[in-house]
Amino acid sequence: MNIDSLIQWIQSAIIFGTVIMYGCCGEILTEKSGNLNLGIPGTMYLGGIASLAGAFFYENACTQAGIEPNAILCILIAFVCAFGAGALGGLIFSFLTTTLRANQNVTGLTLTIFGAGIANFFGGSLNKLAGGVGQISISSTSEAFRTTVPFLDKMGSFGKLFFSYGFLAYLAVIIAILMAIFLKRSRAGLNLRAVGENPATADAAGINVTKYKYLSTCIGCGIAGLGGLYYVVDFTKGTWANDGTIETLGWLAVALVIFTTWKPLNAIWGSYLFGMLYWMYLYTGLFGFTLTRSFQPIFKMLPYLATMFVLILTSIRKKKENQPPANLGLPYFREER
Amino acid sequence: MEHSSAIRLENVTKTFGSVVANKDICLDIRYGEILSLLGENGSGKTTLMNMLSGIYFPDAGKIYAKDKEVSIRSPKDAYDLNIGMIHQHFKLVDIFTATENVVLGRSAKKKESLKAAAARIREICDQYGFDVDPDQKVYNMSVSQKQTLEIVKVLYHGAEILILDEPTAVLTLQETEKLFKVLRNMREAGKAVVIITHKLNEVLEISDRVSILRRGEYIGTVETKDATELSLTEMMVGKKVSLDIARPQVEKKKPLLEIRDLSIKNDEGHIAIDNVNFYIRGGEILGVAGIAGCGQKELCEAIAGLRKIEGGKMIHQGEDISTMTPKQILAKGISMSFIPEDRLGMGLAPSLSITDNMILKTYSEGKSFFVDRKRGRQEAEKIINDLGVVTPSTETPVRRLSGGNVQKVLLGREIKSGPNVIITAYPVRGLDINSSYLIYDILNEQKKKDVGILFIGEDLDVMLSLCDKIMVLCHGKVMGIVNAENTSKEELGLMMTGAINLTESRATEDKKPGIAKDSYIEEGTK
Repeated sequence: MNIDSLIQWIQSAIIFGTVIMYGCCGEILTEKSGNLNLGIPGTMYLGGIASLAGAFFYENACTQAGIEPNAILCILIAFVCAFGAGALGGLIFSFLTTTLRANQNVTGLTLTIFGAGIANFFGGSLNKLAGGVGQISISSTSEAFRTTVPFLDKMGSFGKLFFSYGFLAYLAVIIAILMAIFLKRSRAGLNLRAVGENPATADAAGINVTKYKYLSTCIGCGIAGLGGLYYVVDFTKGTWANDGTIETLGWLAVALVIFTTWKPLNAIWGSYLFGMLYWMYLYTGLFGFTLTRSFQPIFKMLPYLATMFVLILTSIRKKKENQPPANLGLPYFREER
Repeated sequence: MEHSSAIRLENVTKTFGSVVANKDICLDIRYGEILSLLGENGSGKTTLMNMLSGIYFPDAGKIYAKDKEVSIRSPKDAYDLNIGMIHQHFKLVDIFTATENVVLGRSAKKKESLKAAAARIREICDQYGFDVDPDQKVYNMSVSQKQTLEIVKVLYHGAEILILDEPTAVLTLQETEKLFKVLRNMREAGKAVVIITHKLNEVLEISDRVSILRRGEYIGTVETKDATELSLTEMMVGKKVSLDIARPQVEKKKPLLEIRDLSIKNDEGHIAIDNVNFYIRGGEILGVAGIAGCGQKELCEAIAGLRKIEGGKMIHQGEDISTMTPKQILAKGISMSFIPEDRLGMGLAPSLSITDNMILKTYSEGKSFFVDRKRGRQEAEKIINDLGVVTPSTETPVRRLSGGNVQKVLLGREIKSGPNVIITAYPVRGLDINSSYLIYDILNEQKKKDVGILFIGEDLDVMLSLCDKIMVLCHGKVMGIVNAENTSKEELGLMMTGAINLTESRATEDKKPGIAKDSYIEEGTK
């Protein structure tokens, strides 16, 4: 047993988990309104590329002006770009599915393809602007985001485990907790859940179904966009590669929603567990065996196996509270008869 | 004592596409009074009340609240006018507790913590004698509890005008009594109550005044004390001139389909058909009358083999079909066509062409790996020509045809396979007069070919002139099987509401209703 590699494993799991926790929390909020947004991977792509572009142009401008980029401005620009781009993706989805009542599955998948296309196109352009493939780097922004709490991270293994991350890792946990409180305790949360369960009932109770669907989808997508931001500034440390990893993470976020049975608090440990499972192939040494390269991909599917296991379990137990929102994926039209 | 007006409707009209659901309706709802809204199914009662609760918006006409003109554009507007509606299909979120359901939405008026809300719910329950646990989840509640919760909900939000859409449809007799006590309490408290129903005895028992609708039109309002079941039935069903539908006389044959002691449960697990006996002979049309939801759908599905039966026998020419698969039953020559409310729900695949729908039941007989469309196309053309289906081509998706044409295609397909028993439910639902008569002609054509027909209908006039015999269902029980020539609309109406039961009064030692003298079952065939 090697304690250092165990810590390393947990650290990488937390970084991995943070990306999908954003995506998962955003999707939980969206799905609670009855909107099944399969465009989460695309939304994360949009958030990622928008923050990269924003930070890149700001840093470029600073370099040309000969001044040091301001850390707070770096954070602010990237953050706003990621959230805004994500929310914009949500707006497209809401308009198509809620206003025009297009099929949610098709719209979501299209949004994923759209997001990936946009992101990879501009990713390539940005790389070209920066001087060639793999040349883009937003080092100042990435560093600002990865700033850890002084002193605390020096506290040995404990510090490494809990305090070696940038503020976005903690923000994800805070968002998950706040969302749990919002959904469970607040009046608006109750109304939102009613919209997802039974929009006709919510409508008859005087709740503006369209407003709730739009807002929860746009904010949810904004949060998912932050997952893209975290991916760019921390996971890849401020670079861009057209390798489709964001999409993999996006689908894992959607799977995680099912794993958590639509409860944000479960997303906290669930996302870290997914991280542990995903990286397991690198750390099988801890269990006394190593994998050949050809066997590694099999271990990468462990998170999906876990999701399937949860699906089977909740289906057998049939507990009403663990089921998806009853109206998930269905359009609502008041005068339908 | 004259009561002040709560809501007044003037010439309110609402159409859905080409269907007029409400036409020039005038209504006066007063405080301290219970008003019954009476009418057959599809007469527009629910549509009218949905306009008051903000679900639909009227196309024309005016609505006054306390003699001031108002516009109700959304459910929220209705709440602001203190209108509370208890829908036929409960508007409750299953996974929420009672309290959560009550406080849902409408935050504009009050903001209370869940605890305070629960306390107030208990208060209301004590006041009116309700039995609701504020912390109970809705999915654990019985139907009657859910309905009570709906009433608590509207009272909690201070409703002054309560509209109940067929509240007794799902209740037992005792639960109904309890509900009526509550409604009387509310009347004493000065609230305006509107109860939508088509049960005459309840109307006479509970209401002060009765307003009657027929086919979306306003017929009139009468004081309950001046009304009788008969006078109300007349207004509800209308004294329209009897339609001239041919009823060819065909020589009676042996019973084709015999139903003995049949019991069926509905989707909710309640008894839908209760110990029913009847038989159909060749060359005979047996009508089934009854208020919607009296087990007609379950009966059709059971005969077609789509629904499990709880007990009893279904004998087709001496052979038990109750354990057969739908395909085997079809092969026996029993065909079923059911036209549900949305008219496309059962029997046809809306996105497929007429040709494809023609071969839907028979394609599996083909020997080739590929589907034989040629025959289907010929059949489609034949039906289009014979029945006068208006369509651009045989390849047009059925969903794009108008209602009447869809029904012709469905019936045409059922007939082309040469069945000996046709089960048809609401075949003229929503059709104009000409298409309706075409359908009657088709059925009579089949009758002359010695086919036994079970005709589940809505319009008593039509059934009286088309059918040979009429069986009346009320809450899944047979109220009687009468000869169409020896009965009247009034008698049928009274049987439909359960006011008279001929099965009990006419049963004698040697002739039990619904059991044929020359039955296959008595001969000991299995």
